[in-house]
Amino acid sequence: MDTWPAISQIADDVKSGKLKATDLVNRSLKTIEEGKEYDAIISTLADRALTRAAKIDNNPAGRLAGVPFIAKDNFLTLGGKTTAASNILRPFEAPYQATAIERLEAEGAICVAKANLDAFAHGSSTENSDWFVTKNPHDKTRVPGGSSGGSAASVVLNMVPFALGTDTGGSIRLPASFVGAVGVKPTYGRVSRSGVVAMASSTDVIGPLARTVDDAALVLDVMAGQDELDSTTITKAQNLTELDYNFADKKIGLVKEYMQEGLEPSVKTVIEAAIDKIKAAGAEVSEISLPSLPLALAVYYIVCPAEVSSNLSRYDGQRYGHSAAEAKSLEESYELSREQGFGAEAKRRIMIGTYVLSSGYYDAYYKKAQTVRTKIINEFTDAFSNYDLLIGPTSPTVAFKIGEKTADPLKMYLNDIMTVAANMSGNPAISLPAGTADGLPVGLQMIAPMGADGIMLAAAKAFERLSR
Amino acid sequence: MSKLSREDVLKLAALSKLKLSDEEVVRLQAELGEILDYVNLLDKVDATGQDPTYQVSGLKNVYRKDEVKDYGYQAEELLKNAPAIQDGQFKVKRVL
Repeated sequence: MDTWPAISQIADDVKSGKLKATDLVNRSLKTIEEGKEYDAIISTLADRALTRAAKIDNNPAGRLAGVPFIAKDNFLTLGGKTTAASNILRPFEAPYQATAIERLEAEGAICVAKANLDAFAHGSSTENSDWFVTKNPHDKTRVPGGSSGGSAASVVLNMVPFALGTDTGGSIRLPASFVGAVGVKPTYGRVSRSGVVAMASSTDVIGPLARTVDDAALVLDVMAGQDELDSTTITKAQNLTELDYNFADKKIGLVKEYMQEGLEPSVKTVIEAAIDKIKAAGAEVSEISLPSLPLALAVYYIVCPAEVSSNLSRYDGQRYGHSAAEAKSLEESYELSREQGFGAEAKRRIMIGTYVLSSGYYDAYYKKAQTVRTKIINEFTDAFSNYDLLIGPTSPTVAFKIGEKTADPLKMYLNDIMTVAANMSGNPAISLPAGTADGLPVGLQMIAPMGADGIMLAAAKAFERLSR
Repeated sequence: MSKLSREDVLKLAALSKLKLSDEEVVRLQAELGEILDYVNLLDKVDATGQDPTYQVSGLKNVYRKDEVKDYGYQAEELLKNAPAIQDGQFKVKRVL
């Protein structure tokens, strides 16, 4: 389980002939096999990966030449199945690939495997996977966070130099925090969602999990930009890999609401130590209150299920995925296929979403939530008129025990309390390893102004330098 | 506690096209009530004068050219995941 070199270094060495893509893919596949006990991986794409590697070795090119990676299993990929860790998509073979995958491949990267997740990305521990629960690499009795838990664990287990995740309410940042990786949730629209199994379309974003900010920034830079297959994508105005930043002249806001009740004292200690380092580097750090942020989770658990209930209506057992063979009519085929194919959490979200969108409740729930969403956005906008960055913990706790929260869905939802606001507003955010509490990783979260992904990554790299 | 009746749950299940087991109906009645209780905290929030936000990209009216593009897919590839096909089309169970 050796650590991988920097991604840019790997690509350079493949292009100079010093490293062979085929060897890199084999190393990945071997490490995946050795790490089986962690249940991070749903399937490998060995044949396709080795074919691509051989081609790349003949003519190595690209910013990611020969670099193996793992995609969360809600990215459509060729060469195997795409299941979203759900029973209803268990037999599904995608006929095309996600734009993000296509862009990485165009620069020479090689997708070697698909990582576990909470089914349809509904969850924050991977315990909602219809396949198995991924174990935290630091303590096998604990969760890796979720929903991109398999991706996060695969990076820390050195299976690959980077992995892809999706973040709808915190699903990249929370697992990054729980396993000690860098996890980037870019600005909404930064990366095309085409070919990614939709969860809540107004907050879904795609981002990298990696060991270093440099690695994550390079991957994001390759994926970012407009895509005609996703009309919500925004233009990439800035190179995301030029990471110069000086804390000396910066004003940074410590989010008061994230430092209050519910924050584990041991996590708080680590975050305060991180803040001291940032202060020592010259930044002016002061507490700022965004009073509506604690409402973001309630907003999310109206808006997200509403969008989920709509997005999951396509799984009807007729065109692809699990289909109940015993059904006698079309109606019964819908009802049985969905009943058999969806897990408990998907059903909860579909039902809640159907409820809050139904006539008579729409104004009280859905519209009210979207109005409070505006309040949250306004508070962020106001904060960024005075501050360059906002910081705080990624999660109120370290990784919790497997099974600790599965009996209480609401308790599970509360894991996202500090990540979800940035999804409702669209702002870029990142989780960075800040240290450990009781031997388990703690993540520092940075939130940046809309579109300021580059500045955020630069600040993250400056912090990474301080903490080495 | 937001009370959802058994009938409410069954109606939602029908709208959601889910044939729930009796056990699931009982469990969901409690769980959904608890989740709605939590999100009801928004009732107390004063948001008068604010417009709802449905999307955050700031984009408006993103159009593409009105032209047919060939993405190179064969019908067979796109039908390969279907549980039943006939004459190059999806085959479904009887409707009535």
